[in-house]
Amino acid sequence: MIPFTHFMLVGAILFCIGLYAVLTKRNAIQILIGIEFMINAAIINFVAAGQYDKDRMGGQLFALFAIVMAAAAVAVALAIILKVYQHYKTIDPDKIDQLRN
Amino acid sequence: MTELVFYIFAFLVLLSALLAVTVSGLVRSIFLFFATLFSAAGLYVFALADFIAITQVIVYVGGVLVLMLFAFMLSDKDVLNTLQKMQQKVFGMQHIAALLVAVAFLVVLVTVITKTDAEIPGWMQVSPEKFVQPEDNTANLIGVQVMTRYLLPFELVSVFLMMALVGAAHIARKEPRS
Repeated sequence: MIPFTHFMLVGAILFCIGLYAVLTKRNAIQILIGIEFMINAAIINFVAAGQYDKDRMGGQLFALFAIVMAAAAVAVALAIILKVYQHYKTIDPDKIDQLRN
Repeated sequence: MTELVFYIFAFLVLLSALLAVTVSGLVRSIFLFFATLFSAAGLYVFALADFIAITQVIVYVGGVLVLMLFAFMLSDKDVLNTLQKMQQKVFGMQHIAALLVAVAFLVVLVTVITKTDAEIPGWMQVSPEKFVQPEDNTANLIGVQVMTRYLLPFELVSVFLMMALVGAAHIARKEPRS
């Protein structure tokens, strides 16, 4: 059996890679990819803890719920990105600085 | 032997995630993201969560990746051009600051994880017979729990997903010219 700590370490490194992507990228789609990395780091921890809980399967169930949430978030975020692109002709978050047109 | 395969998958996850963040070009980054998700599904198998691994492949690769490629193709060539221009000026001040923040956060997380010394966490150690065994049918266990203990979150999450998809379709539609 793989030690729980190693799953957590992989999750921690993946989370920090996602954090770096969110902080540096100039493209909304790549920022979205960074957010997905962070969500996946959380799912790795959920799943790794879930293997010790056969009675309730809490970890695996909530990993499933987190995957569904991530899919919904991606759908809404991409719709917003497309709309922003139609309006501003760019998806660089630094250049989008108005709430009203 | 199985440990070795686990570490190969973990290495693949981290390598493809790093490349997806550093490589220039949006399409390459999207496909490396796909590689990361696939190897993360491999990690889930080692945590005895085969059903979650299959769901990850279906939802992320079948849904999210295709959505991202659509969004990329519906936006223009300019997106790629601006991206290439950004890559010209390597390592500005912003990159160094972001790198510092990420590394500092990593140090904090790793310190906490090593300090807790959670080889198997204490609250789990009370009953080793409750661990999931490799020969268990996890799809069956998950199905029973979904229909009993977690019925309310399951229904909530399905309604939430439908709301989000309807909302996304509403946002992305073309507005009628008035």
